[in-house]
Amino acid sequence: MNETLQDTVTRICSSFSGDRSRLMDVVQAVHDECGHVPRPAMEMIAQELGISRVEVESLISFYSFYTDQPQGQVVIRLCNDIVDRMSGMDRVAQAFSAELGIGFGQTTPDGTISLMYTPCIGMSDQGPAALINDVVVTNLSSDSAREIVQELKLHLDPTRLIKHLGDGNNAHELIQAMVNNNIRLKGDMLFSVINRGEALNKALNISPMEVIRAVKTARLRGRGGAGFPAGMKWEYTRAAKGDKKYVMCNADEGEPGTFKDRVLLTELPDRVFAGMTIAGYAIGAEEGILYLRQEYAYLKEFLENVLQKRRGDGLLGQNVMGKEGFNFNIRIQMGAGAYVCGEETALISSCEGLRGDPKNRPPFPAQKGYLGYPTIVNNVETLCCVTKILELGPASFNEQGTERSAGTKLLSISGDCKLPGIYEVPLGIELSEVLKMAGAEDAIAVQVGGASGQMVAPEDFNRHICFDDLSTGGSIMVFGAQRNILEIVHTFMDFFVEESCGYCTPCRVGNQLLRQRLELIMEGKGEPADLENLEELCQTVKTCSRCGLGQTSPNPILSTLKHFRPVYEAMVQEEKDGFQPAFDLRESLAVSERIIGRQSVHVHS
Amino acid sequence: MNQPVTFFIDGQVIQGQPGQTILEAAQDARVYIPRLCYREGLSNFGACRVCTVLVNDKPVAACTTPITEGMMIENDTERVQNYRKDLIDMLFVEGNHFCMFCEKSGNCELQALAYRFRIPAPKYLFQFPQREIDASHPDIFIDRNRCILCGRCVRASKELDGKNVFQFVGRGTEKRIAVNADQLSDTDAVVTDQAMDACPVGAILKKHIGYTIPVGKRVYDHQPIGADIEDSAVASDT
Ligand SMILES: Cc1cc2nc3c(=O)[nH]c(=O)nc-3n(C[C@H](O)[C@H](O)[C@H](O)COP(=O)(O)O)c2cc1C
Ligand code: SF4
Ligand code: FES
Repeated sequence: MNETLQDTVTRICSSFSGDRSRLMDVVQAVHDECGHVPRPAMEMIAQELGISRVEVESLISFYSFYTDQPQGQVVIRLCNDIVDRMSGMDRVAQAFSAELGIGFGQTTPDGTISLMYTPCIGMSDQGPAALINDVVVTNLSSDSAREIVQELKLHLDPTRLIKHLGDGNNAHELIQAMVNNNIRLKGDMLFSVINRGEALNKALNISPMEVIRAVKTARLRGRGGAGFPAGMKWEYTRAAKGDKKYVMCNADEGEPGTFKDRVLLTELPDRVFAGMTIAGYAIGAEEGILYLRQEYAYLKEFLENVLQKRRGDGLLGQNVMGKEGFNFNIRIQMGAGAYVCGEETALISSCEGLRGDPKNRPPFPAQKGYLGYPTIVNNVETLCCVTKILELGPASFNEQGTERSAGTKLLSISGDCKLPGIYEVPLGIELSEVLKMAGAEDAIAVQVGGASGQMVAPEDFNRHICFDDLSTGGSIMVFGAQRNILEIVHTFMDFFVEESCGYCTPCRVGNQLLRQRLELIMEGKGEPADLENLEELCQTVKTCSRCGLGQTSPNPILSTLKHFRPVYEAMVQEEKDGFQPAFDLRESLAVSERIIGRQSVHVHS
Repeated sequence: MNQPVTFFIDGQVIQGQPGQTILEAAQDARVYIPRLCYREGLSNFGACRVCTVLVNDKPVAACTTPITEGMMIENDTERVQNYRKDLIDMLFVEGNHFCMFCEKSGNCELQALAYRFRIPAPKYLFQFPQREIDASHPDIFIDRNRCILCGRCVRASKELDGKNVFQFVGRGTEKRIAVNADQLSDTDAVVTDQAMDACPVGAILKKHIGYTIPVGKRVYDHQPIGADIEDSAVASDT
């Protein structure tokens, strides 16, 4: 038995040339073959890659898709983001649990099926949704959950659960998913006719500096959330000294309520890869990496095939499109379930085969990124925009949008609205207009920008979606009158506590304390002063955290404290007896009373 | 000789060497910036955030940020000190710290910072986590209850001892220090490793030498942490 495990590990490690930086791939491969990474395998991997066992353990224990414990051959991961909760996740959870006879976090006694929760899987427009191994099941109900379990018990083959195919390329033979694109509004930029090769050809006919100039003239800002000017990032990276340079495409799409990159990868992969190739030409890179979240593993084979075709057609490889001396290739790096890996320096760590800890800055990735080489990280949509800018010229890009927020933006709208899905709108559009399109006029609150964004109240629905006002990487979550604001915020805090990498104090501890404070308020154990304390703690976490996660995680609390304060005020009260309401004297004494074997006279008299 | 870099901390003009971090350059100029995960001789880590300063109003970790010409740094102001107090509070409630029973008392940097910041008791709720101890090694004791995840042992083992005894496992609130085996006694750790001196708190303790330095004669028993760096021996600035 051990002999075979050793053989497996040796084979896998040598298929990655014993390269320590490919530890993610090695672990993934062992995981795929064994269903988990047995502890003896950690030692073997360490030996083969020349590292220590605890480093292997360190990586495995970081990512939620990896485990060192045996689990079922089938793993059901039910998405527990807020929108899925609102569309009936609890009933689905109960059905799964009852039919399997196990709770969440458990495996059936026969060891075949495991059940667990997972944060947003990018299907908020078709929830409740779950991943069953790589297979995505959507629009779940308690009935369909029961049927799924009954079927799985018969064949343990998730692919046989696919009964119908989704729209567009979701029906492609290499995807075969039940997922729907739900594209509701096509703009001229992103969802327009594809002229494969045209943009790249135009780019290769001008100098790299001219390509960068075109991107700058278009005033393209990053679509991943931060809005950093793309041309400027490229210019820095081009100017940085380095024997090699790298282009990374961020397809981690972990921000709850965001699912537009999934649709771009499904429908316009050529445009994404063209954008990466153009970026490679512009900065002087020969290698690109697409970092694909594990939740989108069902797209991997399709994307590999698109890459293969591009290689065959001379759009990738040596002397791309006949351009002497320009070589460029792209590989796909799978993530393994960690929201923080969408943060660009954590993404780089992950690609290097490390825990997904963000890195200290400076140095910035433009100076020292992947393996120490100058690197750009751009969002999927940003790179699609690049392709269109080269194809149609910068002027046609920035004729839409505003001065500081040029172009169109994909929004992924979900929650209490009639038409959830993807909308391509010009930046600068009023939120109210977007809500009208989606059939969400009754909204009482809208979370713009995902869990790390802000909660907007109706009096602010006339604000604009753009980088300088309501900024979003795409996520718009709509809440109707029946929703409880504090519960929504609490769900977001659960998410941040779960997803904090734990490197720095304010985020690791602060988010936990914020959630606890919030819970006490929700239980009616808060006092008015707690609202100020909560706000203060938010500021410390925002100010002192090391990366964007902790710097934004207090946003849902801060924005609701500001715009929905009465909701909090209704829950807190001044205590008459002088005790803090959160302090339970009886409970505090219970343990010592048990030890001494009698009750305290003062409390019980 | 490199051109010195001129910058300002709380209005004071300071000159540092190019490539120095804010924390190092300040220290050379006898300005103390509180710190926990920083340790001279180890790579900079940036985890505890106790060294947070404001540079032109933007918060950064002084231990990982290089100085640049003309930088305006806010260090010893109420706002910045309050952030630091909050962070120290967080570290106390996150773990299980029992100063009065701890062998490290008086030599503990976390405790010393609490004294310097005049924190009688943390303002946040204790989290009472369940954490494991490892007493397997004949000469070394690990108590994760007191660990503040500063990573000094990890770096010292790697960078100074040329070993890899310690690493982090888990993430978020589940993050823990782990050893390169099932337990410490199965690793190549020895008590003379520099990693065993790197712990700022009582999470890594040496056996057999408890209380050989009596309470009252310990590093921070007579002067606050940081006083050795500052000009004046008394730090009553917080
Ligand atoms: C916690 C966290 C998660 C992030 N997740 C993503 C993501 O999933 N996709 C993305 O493109 N950017 C994400 N970002 C932003 C990236 O750090 C980075 O700014 C972006 O990829 C740069 O590309 P752009 O300039 O093209 O937007 C995230 C940032 C943080 C702090
Ligand atoms: S803020 Fe700190 S703990 Fe949170 S994800 Fe970033 S580095 Fe990790
Ligand atoms: S000393 Fe700078 S972050 Fe810890």
